Amino acid sequence: MAVLNSKVPEGPVHLKWSNYKENQNLVNPANKRKLDIIVVGTGLIGASAAASFAEMGFKVKAFCYQDSPRRAHSIAAQGGINAAKNYPNDGDSIYRLFYDTVKGGDYRARESNVYRLAEVSNEIIDQAVANGVPFARDYGGYLANRSFGGALVSRTFYARGQTGQQLLLGAYSGLNRQIALGNVTMYNRSEMMDLVIVDGRARGIVTRDMLTGKIESHFAHAVVLGTGGYGNVFFLSTNAMGSNGSAVWKAYKKGAFFADPAFVQIHPTCIPVHGDAQSKLTLMSESLRNDGRIWVPNKLEDAAAIREGKLKPTQIDEKDRDYYLERRYPAFGNLVPRDVASRAAKERCDAGFGVGTGQAVYLDFKASIERLGQHVIEDRYGNLFLMYEKIVDENPYKTPMMIYPAIHYTMGGTWVDYELQSTIPGLFVGGEANFSDHGANRLGASALMQGLADGYFVLPYTIQSYLADQITIARMNPADTPEFKKAEDEVNTYINKLMNVKGTESVDSLHKRLGKIMWEHVGMARNKEGLEKAITLIKELRKEFWEKVRIPGKAESLNVELEKANRVADFLELGELMARDGLLRKESCGGHFREEYQTEEGEALRRDDEFMFVGAWEYTGPDSEPILHKEELKYEAIEVKVRNYKK
Amino acid sequence: MSEKSINIKVKVWRQSDAKDKGRFETYDVSNVSTGSSFLEMMDAMNEDLVNSGKEPVAFDHDCREGICGMCSMYINGRAHGPDTLIPTCQLHMRKFTDGQTITVEPWRSKGFPVIKDLIVDRTAFDKILHAGGFISINTGNAPDANAIPVNKVDSDLAMDAAACIGCGACVATCKNSSALLFVSAKVSHLALLPQGKIEAARRAKAMVAVMDDLGFGSCSNTGACEMECPKGISLSNIARLNREYLVANVVD
Ligand SMILES: Cc1cc2nc3c(=O)[nH]c(=O)nc-3n(C[C@H](O)[C@H](O)[C@H](O)COP(=O)(O)OP(=O)(O)OC[C@H]3O[C@@H](n4cnc5c(N)ncnc54)[C@H](O)[C@@H]3O)c2cc1C
Ligand code: SF4
Ligand code: FES
Repeated sequence: MAVLNSKVPEGPVHLKWSNYKENQNLVNPANKRKLDIIVVGTGLIGASAAASFAEMGFKVKAFCYQDSPRRAHSIAAQGGINAAKNYPNDGDSIYRLFYDTVKGGDYRARESNVYRLAEVSNEIIDQAVANGVPFARDYGGYLANRSFGGALVSRTFYARGQTGQQLLLGAYSGLNRQIALGNVTMYNRSEMMDLVIVDGRARGIVTRDMLTGKIESHFAHAVVLGTGGYGNVFFLSTNAMGSNGSAVWKAYKKGAFFADPAFVQIHPTCIPVHGDAQSKLTLMSESLRNDGRIWVPNKLEDAAAIREGKLKPTQIDEKDRDYYLERRYPAFGNLVPRDVASRAAKERCDAGFGVGTGQAVYLDFKASIERLGQHVIEDRYGNLFLMYEKIVDENPYKTPMMIYPAIHYTMGGTWVDYELQSTIPGLFVGGEANFSDHGANRLGASALMQGLADGYFVLPYTIQSYLADQITIARMNPADTPEFKKAEDEVNTYINKLMNVKGTESVDSLHKRLGKIMWEHVGMARNKEGLEKAITLIKELRKEFWEKVRIPGKAESLNVELEKANRVADFLELGELMARDGLLRKESCGGHFREEYQTEEGEALRRDDEFMFVGAWEYTGPDSEPILHKEELKYEAIEVKVRNYKK
Repeated sequence: MSEKSINIKVKVWRQSDAKDKGRFETYDVSNVSTGSSFLEMMDAMNEDLVNSGKEPVAFDHDCREGICGMCSMYINGRAHGPDTLIPTCQLHMRKFTDGQTITVEPWRSKGFPVIKDLIVDRTAFDKILHAGGFISINTGNAPDANAIPVNKVDSDLAMDAAACIGCGACVATCKNSSALLFVSAKVSHLALLPQGKIEAARRAKAMVAVMDDLGFGSCSNTGACEMECPKGISLSNIARLNREYLVANVVD
C-alpha cells in the first residue's frame, strides 16, 4: 500500500479540513503572477477552478472542445444540487449529508473527502446566488428545496429543470470576467491529446486545434483535469456526444493511476431506446420521482396487451398495477437510490412485465396532478414534460411517461489523494473525472455539488500548497524543451497512424459495437463469464478498429471523424480495464452488481471483509497487464451498515 | 406514437472552409424512422457518406438535449426547422413527409462567419459577455444565500431570461442580424436580481458597445427573433435592456 498515500490530515473528521487549511503553504501575491496553471475542461469544476485561480492571481490557460466554455456537458444537468443548509428545518446537517453520501455510495468512498464535500456544500449555494443563479424561491422570497433519491430530507436546490445550466452559466460568468481581465486565456475547440511530464512532474499538455488540426504545446506549473466522465464508452448514454475519457486515459498512460473504473451509474429514469438509429439517451430528471409513481401491470397478459397496442396504461385499474418500488421499499418508495431503482426496473422487465418495447416502465403523475393541480406540476417540471413530448410525441400530463435505465455517470476516475492530486505530482483532477467522493454509487444532485466544491473551494487551497514549492521553476518554452518536442512528435505519429488505417468501417459503427459489448457484459448485471468474455471481445474489436477504421478528409483541418476516432480508440482500451475491474471485485456494491453475489431477495451482497478498498490501476504498457494497488477504506466517523431502504 | 419509415432528400450546404465559396449538394436518405431526431437522420446520411469514402457534413452539436446551444441549422428557411420552442437536436422526423426535399443551411450572419459546412463561428457571443455578462464578485465572498430575499416574480422572470442557450437563432432569423434578443436576455437576467442590479446600467452599455463593434445589426422591432427562439426568450427583455441602456446614458 506504500504506493498510494492519500494524505488525509490528522484529527477527527470534522476538523480535518480546517486543520489542513490552517497548516497549508501559501504563495505570496508577487509570486502568483509567475505561476501558470492549465485547466482542461470548463464544466462546473473547470470553470469554477479557472475563475478562482485567476482571481487569486495565478495565470490560467483553460481548454475545452466545444466552441464556447458555456457548452460543457454540465449544462445538461437538470434536477438540482445538494447542500446541508437545512432551510426547510427538517433535521438536515453537514453530518447527515456526509452520512447519506457515504451510505449512498455503499461504503466505497473516502470518508474524509466526503465530509469535506458536505462541509463546503453550503458555501456553494451562497456563491451561486451571489453569481446570479436564479434558484427556485417561495413567495416569501427565500430559496425552495426538493427531495432526491437516497435522502429523507429536502436538501436539493434547483433552477426549474435547468440547474446545471444555471450553475454553469454562473461559473462561466466568473470565468468571463477573468478572461476580460486578461488573467485567463481561453482555448475553445481545443482537444487535449497528451500530458507532458518533465522531471517526474506534470508540466503541460499537447493539444490539437480542432479548426486547423494544428498540434500545439502549452506549459504550466500545474495541470488540472476537469474533463468529465467516460460513460460514452457504452455508446448510448445520457452524456453529451463529445463527452470522452481521453484526457484521463492519456494521463493514465503517463502514470496517473485509474481508480474503480467499473463503478458506473445507471440512471433509472431515461427515455427508452426507440431503435437502431438512436444516438444518445435522454434523461428525465430524478426529481420527477418526487411526484411521479413508478409502476408496471401486475398481470403478464395486461403487459403483453399494452406492448401490442391493444391496451392503454390509463385503462389499467389501480388494483392491476404493481407500484413495485413502493411495494419492495416501503420507507423510501419511489425515492430509493438510483442503483436500486434501476435494478428493480430491469427485474420487472426481465420477468415479462415491461411495457413499450418491453424495455420500459411507467412513471405516472396522475395522482400528483389530482392532488396538486396541473399548474404545480407544470411549474416544477414544465420543461421536462415538453422535452418528453417533443421526443416521444405523447402528452405526459395525460398518459404516463415511459422510462428505462441508462448509463449516466461514472464514479470511477483518476485516483486522487485528499488534495485532489493524482499519482503524478502536479496533476490534479476534479469533478466527474476523478474517483473520490461517490464510492460505488452517486446520489442525485451530488455531482454538481462535487464539481463546484472541487473548483471553488478545494483546489484553490490544495493547488497552492503544491505551487508553494514551485516558485523557483521558471516558465519553460515548449519549443526548446525536449519533453514537449517528444510528446508532440508522438501525437503526430499517432494521428498519422489513425489516418493511415484507411479501412472500410466508420468510427460510429465500431463504437456502437463496443457499446453493445459493454452494455451486455459490463452493464447493469455482471458475472464472471460475461466479464471474461467482454475482455476477449474488446481485444478483438480493438484489433479490428486499427485495421478497419476509415477517416475521410485530412488531419490538418476540421475533421469530425478524426476527433471521434481518437476518443473511440481510448474507449476501446478503457472498456477493457472496466471489465477487468469488475471481474476483480467479487461482490455487489452500488452500481456494480455481480449476479453471483446477491441475497435471496435479490439485493446486492457487499463483501466488506475482502473488498473495502479503492482499486487503483497502474498502467504498465500496451502489451502487459495493469497492476492493482489497493487503498484500504477506514470508516471512523460512520458505522458501516448494510444499506437498507426498506425501513 | 406510431412511427413509420420515410425516404427524403437532403439539400445541404457544403463549404470546405471559410475561404471556399460553398454550394448546395443533395443526398438521398432512405428508411428514416419518423421517431428519429433530425440529427439522427443527419448521422445516417453521414454514415452513408463515410461508407462511400466521402467527407461527412460537419455540423455542431453536443448535448442533444436542447440545452447546450451548440446545434444550429437553418432548415427549410427557418432557424432550427419547422417546430417551435426547440433547437435542432429536439426536432423529430415526424415533422417531415415521405419524398420531401429538406434544405439545410448554416446560420448566415456577418457576426457568425462559416467555418465549415454547417459550422459557424459564434465566439462573438462570448466576447459580448466578456464585456459585462457577470456580477463582479470573487469566490468566497458571498453572504448567506438567504440573506437577501428575492421577490418570486422577479426571480421567475430572471430565470425565464437566463434560459437562453446562446444558440444564435435570433441573429440568424433577424433580417438585420441583430443580437439584441441574446444581449437583452443576459442583461435582464442579471438586472432583475438584487445581486446583479448594482452593475446593471454599466453592464448594458458595455455589452451593447461590443455588440455594435462586432458587426451585428440594429433592432427594428419585427419580433422574428422571439418567434424562432428555442427557449421562448421574450421581447420584453429588449424593453428592459433599453431602460438600463437609457439609465447608463443619463448617468454619463
Ligand atoms: C443529463 C444529465 C443530467 C444530470 N443532472 C444532474 C443533476 O441534476 N444533479 C447533479 O448533481 N448531477 C447531474 N448530472 C451529472 C453532472 O452533470 C456531471 O457529473 C457534472 O456536470 C460533470 O461536471 P464536470 O465539470 O466534471 O465535467 P463536464 O461538465 O463534463 O465538463 C467536461 C469539460 O471538459 C472538456 N473536455 C473533455 N475532454 C477534453 C479533452 N480531451 N480536451 C479538452 N477539453 C476536454 C469539455 O469541453 C468540458 O468543458 C447530470 C448528468 C447528465 C448527463
Ligand atoms: S435568445 Fe433565444 S435564439 Fe437567441 S441565443 Fe438565446 S436561446 Fe438562442
Ligand atoms: S445539441 Fe445541445 S442544444 Fe442541440
